Amino acid sequence: MLIESGSPVAADTRVEISLTINGEARTLQVAPWTTLLDLLRERLDLTGTKKGCDHGQCGACTVLVNGTRLNSCLALAVMKDGAEITTVEGLARMGGGNGLHPLQEAFVEHDAFQCGYCTPGQLCSAAGMLAEGHARTRDEIREAMSGNICRCGAYTNIVDAIEDVMQSGAQG
Amino acid sequence: MNRFDYVRAGTVEEAVKAIAAGANARFIAGGTNLVDLMKYNVERPGRLVDITRLPLDRIEERDGALSIGALVTNSTVAYDERVKSRYPVLSSAILAGATGQLRNAATTGGNLLQRTRCYYFYDEGTPCNKRLPGSGCGAIGGVNRIHAIFGTSDKCIATHPSDMCVALAALEAEVRVAGPSGERTIPMAEFHRLPGDEPERDTTLKSDEIVLSVDLPAEGFAGHHTYLKLRDRLSYAFALVSVAAVMELDGQTIKTARFALGGVAHKPWRNAEAEGMLVGKPATRETFAAAADRVVSKAQAQSENGFKVELARRAIVRALEQAAAGTPQSQSDKRIA
Repeated sequence: MLIESGSPVAADTRVEISLTINGEARTLQVAPWTTLLDLLRERLDLTGTKKGCDHGQCGACTVLVNGTRLNSCLALAVMKDGAEITTVEGLARMGGGNGLHPLQEAFVEHDAFQCGYCTPGQLCSAAGMLAEGHARTRDEIREAMSGNICRCGAYTNIVDAIEDVMQSGAQG
Repeated sequence: MNRFDYVRAGTVEEAVKAIAAGANARFIAGGTNLVDLMKYNVERPGRLVDITRLPLDRIEERDGALSIGALVTNSTVAYDERVKSRYPVLSSAILAGATGQLRNAATTGGNLLQRTRCYYFYDEGTPCNKRLPGSGCGAIGGVNRIHAIFGTSDKCIATHPSDMCVALAALEAEVRVAGPSGERTIPMAEFHRLPGDEPERDTTLKSDEIVLSVDLPAEGFAGHHTYLKLRDRLSYAFALVSVAAVMELDGQTIKTARFALGGVAHKPWRNAEAEGMLVGKPATRETFAAAADRVVSKAQAQSENGFKVELARRAIVRALEQAAAGTPQSQSDKRIA
C-alpha cells in the first residue's frame, strides 16, 4: 500500500517505496521493519554490502544514501523512501568510468585488505568521507574512518590508499 | 525485531497525535539507537512514528543565539560554521562521540534521548530496573567498571552515554518541546534526571511530548573551552570520564566558569558549589584542584569503578587548564596537551 502522511500502516502490511539504487529507479514493496541492509542483500541480491555486526559497530554495511555514508543495518528501508542509494556495486559508476573507482584502484595498489569482508564498507565509507571534505591529515583520516573495523588489521594500508586518493584529488 | 505499526508524520501536530494514539509508540528519526535496541528486544514498540519529514532540520538564529532543530544531524551541527566559531565546545564534544556514519544519521533530539549503554540494560537475560522495572540491578555488585560514581540509587547505577549533552549542560542550553497542551522549555540541567526509584525514566520529557529544538544561550565561550574525553580506546568508545569546561577570564582572574562531567552519572554531572569556588580566583592549577577535590568528595564508587574517582579529579583539573590556556583538546590528535 501507499504511505499517506499521518495514517498508520498496520503491522504486517507491505508498503510501496521508491529508491534509486546505483542509478536505477526501483519501486519496491517492503515490510516496515526491513532494514536497508536486508533489502539490498536479501531482496535485491546486492550482496557486496556486508552484514558484520548488524548493530552499527563494524561499518561493513556502510552505503551512501543521497551521497552521505550511513550504516545500512540501522536504517529502516521505509524511512529512506525517495532516496538515492550507492552500494559498492555502484561505486565504479560513481567514479565516472567503466573501470574501478579511484578508491578501489588505490586499495588494490596499496594492498589495503586481507580477507576483504570489510572492504565494501571501507570503500563506501572512504568515498563518503572524502566527499565530506573534513579530513586532511593521516590522524584525521584515521579518526574519520574509525567506524570501519578491519579484523585483519589492514589499517595502515587502508589509510595509505585513502591518503593517496585524497592527495590526487581523484575522488570520483 | 518485533512487528510494529508505522506512521509517517508530515507535521508536528500529526506526530504528537500519532504518538498519543499508538500503544507503546516511539518517535524514530536517525534510528541509530532505537533500531539497535529493537534488535536486542530491549525496545519493542507497538508503533513507530517517523518524524524525519518534519520541518525541524534547520539551525536558526534566535534572539542573538542559535536554535538547533531536533532533526539536525550530529554531523551537521558539529561542522556548522556558526557552531564551530561561536560554540566550539559543542562541535568538539559531538566529534568526540560515535563515528562518521553514526553522526551522519543521528539527530540532535535523538542524541538527547539515547539510552544508557549499561551491559545489563542491553542483556534480556539479566535483571535491569531500567529495562524491566522491579527486576533488580545486575550492575550493583556486578560488572560495573563503566558505571556511575555520582547520583546513583539502589535501583540503578547506569550512566548517560552522550558527549553532546555534556557540552550542552556546560553551555546551559535549553530544550524546547511540544505536546498536546502546547510548547514548553526545559533547561538542560532539568532535562535528564537521576535514577532514584524510577530508573526507567531517563528524562523529564513526557511520553506524548516531542523535542522541537535545542536552544543555545548567546554566550558560547569561544575563547576558553575544551572537551576532554577519556576512554578505553582512542576513538569510537563511550567516555569513562569526560569533561566539558567553559570559562571567561578577566586577565588571569576567572570571571565565569562552568564544567560538566560525562560518563559518571545518569545525567551530565555538574556541581554548583565547585563551579562557584572558581569565580574571582586566579586561573591556576591550585584553584582548579580545589574545585576538582570538591566534586570528587561526593563520589561513591562501585565495586569495580573506583579508578573513576581519581580519573575524574585529574580530568577536571586538566580540562580547566586547557580551557584557561585557550588550548582545547584536539579530537583527532589524541595526545592530551
